[in-house]
Amino acid sequence: MKEQMNIVIAGHVDHGKSTIIGRMLADTKSLPEGKLEQVKANCKLNSKPFEYAFLLDALKDEQAQGITIDSARVFFKTEKRHYIIIDAPGHIEFLKNMVSGASRAEAGLLVIDAYEGIQENSRRHGYMLSMLGIKQIAILVNKMDLVNYDPKVYDAIVKEYREFLAKIDVEPKCFIPVSGREGDNITSSINHMDWYQGDCLLDILDDFEKEKPDFKKPFRFPVQDVYKFTNKKDDRRIVAGNVESGSIKVGTEVVFYPSGKRSRIKSIEGFNIDPKDTAYVGESAGFTLEEQIYVTRGDIMTNAAEIKPEVARRLRLNLFWMGKEPFVKNKDYFLKVGTTKVRCRLEEIHRLINASDLNSIQSEQVNRHDVAECTLQLNKAIAFDTVDQIATTSRFVIVDDYEIVGGGIIKEPLEDKLAWVRDKVILRNYKWEKSIITEDQRAEKYNQKSVMIILTGPQKVGKKEVAKSLEANLFNDGKWVYFLGIGNVLYGVDADIKKQDNAENRQEHLRRLSEVGHLLLDSGMILIVTAVELTQDDLEIIKTTIHPDKIKVVWVGDELTTDVSFDAKVPGLMDVDESVVKLKTILQDNGFIYKPW
Amino acid sequence: MDHLEQLENKSIYILREAYANFKNLCMLWSIGKDSTVLLWLARKAFFSHVPIPLVHIDTAYKIPEMIEYRDKLAMEWSLTMIYGQNEEALKAKRTFPDGNADRITCCRLLKTEALVNTLNGAGKRYRLNLETGKYEVDTNTEPYTGVIVGARADEEGSRSKERYFSPRDQESIWDIGDQPPEFWNQYKTDFAPGTHVRVHPLLDWTELNIWEYIKRENIPTVSLYYNQGEGKRYRSLGCYPCTFPVESDAQNVDEIIEELKTGKFANIAERSGRAQDKDDGGGLETLRRDGYM
Repeated sequence: MKEQMNIVIAGHVDHGKSTIIGRMLADTKSLPEGKLEQVKANCKLNSKPFEYAFLLDALKDEQAQGITIDSARVFFKTEKRHYIIIDAPGHIEFLKNMVSGASRAEAGLLVIDAYEGIQENSRRHGYMLSMLGIKQIAILVNKMDLVNYDPKVYDAIVKEYREFLAKIDVEPKCFIPVSGREGDNITSSINHMDWYQGDCLLDILDDFEKEKPDFKKPFRFPVQDVYKFTNKKDDRRIVAGNVESGSIKVGTEVVFYPSGKRSRIKSIEGFNIDPKDTAYVGESAGFTLEEQIYVTRGDIMTNAAEIKPEVARRLRLNLFWMGKEPFVKNKDYFLKVGTTKVRCRLEEIHRLINASDLNSIQSEQVNRHDVAECTLQLNKAIAFDTVDQIATTSRFVIVDDYEIVGGGIIKEPLEDKLAWVRDKVILRNYKWEKSIITEDQRAEKYNQKSVMIILTGPQKVGKKEVAKSLEANLFNDGKWVYFLGIGNVLYGVDADIKKQDNAENRQEHLRRLSEVGHLLLDSGMILIVTAVELTQDDLEIIKTTIHPDKIKVVWVGDELTTDVSFDAKVPGLMDVDESVVKLKTILQDNGFIYKPW
Repeated sequence: MDHLEQLENKSIYILREAYANFKNLCMLWSIGKDSTVLLWLARKAFFSHVPIPLVHIDTAYKIPEMIEYRDKLAMEWSLTMIYGQNEEALKAKRTFPDGNADRITCCRLLKTEALVNTLNGAGKRYRLNLETGKYEVDTNTEPYTGVIVGARADEEGSRSKERYFSPRDQESIWDIGDQPPEFWNQYKTDFAPGTHVRVHPLLDWTELNIWEYIKRENIPTVSLYYNQGEGKRYRSLGCYPCTFPVESDAQNVDEIIEELKTGKFANIAERSGRAQDKDDGGGLETLRRDGYM
């Protein structure tokens, strides 16, 4: 089978992309039988002159508006390979469609109107193509017929645009003077321009190279899901995802980030495939592991012998914005990197780059169609790579109100105040000596999943009363449960650090409490902890030490005195029984204990 | 990695993304070759299991072999098989074969309306009991919020503008002018209550790719696609009053591939045997905006 290549064609509105594609399809006889005649007849019927661009106007909407609203795909082939030409809209309103089309491409054609010259979107699209990771770009200087095939006009555009591309580190493959309308330099180099010695468009296309997968890069496998389908007596626990970089062999030791947990590849799974011992970049694969560890969607599996990915919760990045609303501070967004999704906030805009002329501007917000360099703060640490290390795992999108509103690449990880806790946790996980009894086995045996319930609130609202009453209730149900007051670790575990009179000690105190909690949770226990007026910063330390899935925070009492975000609120002393019932319901609804009805 | 493997890997990725992100997910199975390839890809994605219910819209005018084949595979592969239909329209005989509707109206009633109501749970869903082999009314009437569909971009104009994850609003309307961006391997997997998302894992596949994959994987297909000795075969399957076989000698997958590559179909549209396309001047776009697949 012939190889296939996706090519995007971009450029400013009305610079003639559709005409060039239409001409190429017609001249290579790639149109379905009768299509050309049909479109010509249609034009005659409506008494308007035929244009090659009409061939592409597959949709009624589009013909009515006269502009490409979406990235239409056109199939086309040469002796060498099959092509999918993606026609990206040039109108600024449709930047998100241009991006959608362009990101699927392996090479790009950028069209500039010789008569109108370089326009805003000529530059913007050039910048976007480079940000999207398209390395091979050819520039078509179109409508040469309108400037009498004048080499001076052509040379001036080439010079100006080459300078622009140099600023964004893009080295174009070539420039070609063409006329879509007259067919110059489209499928043949015989044309009105003897001064041009280069190849025609068709030859340039065949000259683009397929990017070869680099198996030597570090292995990166963002976990899409962990499957355990129990029907048909299948007992495999399969970690599924797509190999984004490198390769991995059965038997290799692997480390999952951001947790730092270790295991070993036991097998590569698949349906209707020959048995195999290596999975390569690009494969949607599935693995079973030697030792069962807690892995979730969003983790990245890596080879223990290779360079580690970054783990951070503050990121410096380059982004382009497509949202109708601007990107602003003090508002929650979601960041998606690979299969990870995490809440984030804009911390600072370092500079706003006007994509069309690359001038930087100071601004408090990123507006639609702007490109910016900024710092983002995440609500928990994620694993990723920087763009200069591995491009695929450095790419992100931002989601607001259910929509993808921005995208870009991560430049570097930044320090944050929880890094000291996280480093300890990653090392602890990495060094962890695993039991042969798995988490699932414990859950089955005890008929419960481990969880830490944190009861917090002001003094004297009944935190301990509720906690002890819940402990007794669950104990009577046969659950394996334990009440741990925060003071119970203060004089033993924390004997070497002074009372929590300074911030540093308080943080270390919380970290140790969390580590004790982590041990008990690992043993399969339901743990009930009480703490006076926990703040959000306090909770962040706990959540860095213990997986957030295993933590439920409950506020006790009516009066809210801290900024901590909680999962539920109970009355406490005013109604201990009701508090206990409510807490049990939460445990049931979240599947920690069995729900009997 | 060859092109077919690339297509396969991407489709598997998309199927898993859909499964990870949508609580109420289903997959449309028209019994045709495309959605059967999709079903096979689901078995690939989920390691021989199909943890997603399959929904078939039975217009009551499907070619009988299609239903037989559907139920046979459903039993063999332990599928969660659901079908729905527009019982009202069928009862009132408001159909093209009954002479009470034109082709387009018939499609709208028996396919689009039936589909919309089966998806949103307003219409009855029948579910195959794998113990008895009989269909029973399904008690689950929750709306499906993610619907996986086997549409391909090369089929006709309007489909070439689809996204892999394409949102539909409360009325199942497709707003072509304002679609979400989709780049790298990030898709629209977040959606507002009341809306749903159509997922198109086969968007980049061509008719030829489909047949080449059927060959490579040895996927069982309905006999109607092959010439049984009468010099005719179906190239695209639908309701018998509106779908006509094409003249062809191709008796097996290899011959179909050869025919598509070099033979007389190399430049003729696949849906040329579908009469409703011609009745709608704008291709299928009008139907698709209203929720047609």
